[in-house]
Amino acid sequence: MIRSEIIRDIAPILRDQLVVCNIGLPSQELHMIDDQASNFYMLGTMGLSSSIGLGVALAQDKTVISIDGDGSVLTNFGTLPTIANNVADNFILLIIDNGSYGSTGDQPTYAGGKTSLAAVAKACGCETVIECQAEETGGVLKAAIESKKMTVIVSKCESGNIKVPVIAKDPVVIRDRFMTEVTRRNA
Amino acid sequence: MSVSEKIVADFVANGIEFVTTVPCKQLGGVIDAVEKEPSIYHIPSNKEDEGMGLCAGAFMGGKRPAIIMQNTAIGVTVNTLVTLTQFYRMPLPMLISYRGELKEPVACQVEMAVHTKALLNQLNIPTYHFHKLGDEDELDAILKYTFMCNKPVAILTDATFWGGY
Repeated sequence: MIRSEIIRDIAPILRDQLVVCNIGLPSQELHMIDDQASNFYMLGTMGLSSSIGLGVALAQDKTVISIDGDGSVLTNFGTLPTIANNVADNFILLIIDNGSYGSTGDQPTYAGGKTSLAAVAKACGCETVIECQAEETGGVLKAAIESKKMTVIVSKCESGNIKVPVIAKDPVVIRDRFMTEVTRRNA
Repeated sequence: MSVSEKIVADFVANGIEFVTTVPCKQLGGVIDAVEKEPSIYHIPSNKEDEGMGLCAGAFMGGKRPAIIMQNTAIGVTVNTLVTLTQFYRMPLPMLISYRGELKEPVACQVEMAVHTKALLNQLNIPTYHFHKLGDEDELDAILKYTFMCNKPVAILTDATFWGGY
């Protein structure tokens, strides 16, 4: 299973939650598969999906899922201790770990080598960390949402990409409709 | 009321409820006052771009954010300021310790100080500079301006303002 197949698989679960989606192909895939006002697509700024998602989670009550990649977490490793020490039980960090930098041509990441992101997250103090196989992602994600406990999920999948169009939406439109949806769901 | 407490009182009066900080000796008093303020969620970050991500999220979640950092961070955060804060048009007051100015004891700090205003200018970031005691009286207006125009705005505070080391 590759990342786009995971996203296709979990799209019906994501739809009911607030989602912050990582830069590049993950956002483009989610946008193509199931565009929703509750999705915040990152058009730039590699590494900050988890930080933005944690910020949204701490500021309001609805569940927030940050879809991140192994390469992006490696870029912003400092995020894991911040997440661990600022517990938001409405926050789920879903790291789709394909062991490669997918958006730039599948160069290998260290997470595909000796580094275990689940072990790093645990060492940083994250209390609920679940590593699963790609096929299990939907079930694990559903259980995490229902648990109402801050959860880090590391979903191990194969590397590989499909052809997807870039997101042509204006960033201010993406941001504004996301904020409007946050307000509506919290009303 | 100390200057640090005045600054945090202006934050509170302008509805700021989410503040991320990176440690700084010069801004230590403000960071302490933020930590003590019950209406503010204080979330220390490990790097300033991470902090700006947290602030972007908090803003979209409905809380007014601010970041407290050193001017060296301008070198770290150019990409985030441009592709997140500015591209998505989000407000972000940046209370910045302007290291490397008059009364600076550490030579290396000057190397970033000489680029600070040039970089902010290049990024079209409105920039205010607190140099003398009393300059902080403008903070309330600067914060209102920031949340009016949805831009990152820099407030540089130097050693002379803070009374030296």
